[in-house]
Amino acid sequence: MSYVLSDSWEMTKRQLRQIPRIPELFFFSLIQPVMFVLLFRYVFGGAIKMPPGVDAVQYIMVGIFAQSMTFATAGISTGLADDMQKGLIDRFRSLPMARSAVLIGRMGSDLVRNMFVAVVMVLVGLLVGFRFSGGFWGAVGGFGMFAMTILAFASIGAWIGLSVRNAEAANIAGMVWLFPLTFTSNAFVPLQTMPGWLRAWAEVNPITKIVDATRGLFIGPPVFKVAPAVWEALAWCVGLIAVFGFLAVRQYQRASSR
Amino acid sequence: MGEDVIVAEGLVKRFGKVDAVNGVDLSVPAGTVMGVLGPNGAGKTTTVRMLTTLLRPDGGRAVVGGHDVVAEPDAVRTIIGLSGQYAAVDEYLTGRENLAMFGRLYHLSKRDASARADELLERFRLDEAADRPAKTYSGGMRRRLDLAAALVVRPRIIFLDEPTTGLDPRGRMGMWEVIRDLVRDGATLLLTTQYLEEADELADEIAIIDHGRVIARGTSDQLKAQVGGERVQFTVPSPALVPKASAAVLDVTGETPEIDTETSTVSAPVREGTRSLVAVVNALDRLGIEAHDVGLRRPTLDEVFLALTGRKAEDGAVER
Repeated sequence: MSYVLSDSWEMTKRQLRQIPRIPELFFFSLIQPVMFVLLFRYVFGGAIKMPPGVDAVQYIMVGIFAQSMTFATAGISTGLADDMQKGLIDRFRSLPMARSAVLIGRMGSDLVRNMFVAVVMVLVGLLVGFRFSGGFWGAVGGFGMFAMTILAFASIGAWIGLSVRNAEAANIAGMVWLFPLTFTSNAFVPLQTMPGWLRAWAEVNPITKIVDATRGLFIGPPVFKVAPAVWEALAWCVGLIAVFGFLAVRQYQRASSR
Repeated sequence: MGEDVIVAEGLVKRFGKVDAVNGVDLSVPAGTVMGVLGPNGAGKTTTVRMLTTLLRPDGGRAVVGGHDVVAEPDAVRTIIGLSGQYAAVDEYLTGRENLAMFGRLYHLSKRDASARADELLERFRLDEAADRPAKTYSGGMRRRLDLAAALVVRPRIIFLDEPTTGLDPRGRMGMWEVIRDLVRDGATLLLTTQYLEEADELADEIAIIDHGRVIARGTSDQLKAQVGGERVQFTVPSPALVPKASAAVLDVTGETPEIDTETSTVSAPVREGTRSLVAVVNALDRLGIEAHDVGLRRPTLDEVFLALTGRKAEDGAVER
């Protein structure tokens, strides 16, 4: 439908307008990632045993950046469940607007919001010792990886929010599984330290792929390879967006607030 | 009165094992107001949701403005306005921003959307609050904004789901005024309500719905006539006199009277109007009972509901 873009843009505008009107939300959504950067840098930075040639601070920083991008699920799942509870989704569904616009629009605004978080985190990271050694295009590529991660996890969040239908429950449902998922990857520790069964899982964990790809782009060879990690990570993100985007739109069409 | 612009035939919706709507038939002629009246959980909202394309019926069919709601949902959506039980507006956006956004989502041009927003804000007396976030609005203001949002494209067919639920009396009167204006402009309205006086006040025709079925329909007068026309009613000075008085009423009218023990009020249907009234008054006089507020009145819709369903409208709270 020709209105997908303009309808989605209306929805994005709606969400972006809310940001300056709930400044405390935006402020606190920045505090947590910044705190994580500092905590991981100083608490775990020296404690984790790294393979030779790998700098622990560089290693962990990328992990914490990537993990924070996956938290994009929480905002969208809570927001959509809240819209559903308040009858807004019903109103949107009674309008002749594009079916996917509410989701695409929200993902657009979440992308803006979370990329801002990413920039702030990386800046704080640079202050405490993180360095781009993968060059300018590596840095750009790394941020591109973040964007894809945000979209992938936001589409999962959209599906959760529309399925759970209650803002409080959606907030929890959007987060609980993220900690085990991100911690059973190579985000914070090298896979060699894990028991065999866990390592088997961690090697196929999409977070591992995303973190590998981002390390390759931000830190670069010879320590971390760029390809094929980047392609695998992109395939994961595109796949997640396709599957959960489809499920979320279907859920939206069926959605009824009661 | 024109042709029917809202038609429902045997609409059915099940949620799991619950038959929320179980064969609803409705027809609303153009330019009239249909009041769908029933207690919580009767299936009013579910019916509206099917008619407005939000829910897919499990059975039956519905045609709105000439378009089948299942086959042509988008055609239906462009010609209807829906205002639900909640004030479905973005509370962080201002009134003006909300209306302009909905205008754009109806695919008005930017200029038209903003002009229409101004027009509606003025009409719904929201122009002073237009640039404040909607969360600072009172309940009545929010409802008016919500209704304004439903009217952005001047729909000829408007669905209002419990438009005054939760409003204080002043807010309710304000809403009634707005609704009457819509009717004057020639819109066709389907409104649901739990308030009997609201349907009485606003609707040309009333459909009473209970357990997912229309159990009666007609004008307010017709429905009232259905429960037996006029009633004689009076109040006695002390509860002790009630049994004696009601025995007298039974004797005169042949009907067992209804008794409100709290107020010592006795009432019963009568067939012969004033003549029956005089007979009752004479009977009370012979017994030396001095009754107050003696009169003949037509039944309220509350009594209609009681007569039709065997229970009071307010007792009906089931799950929605």
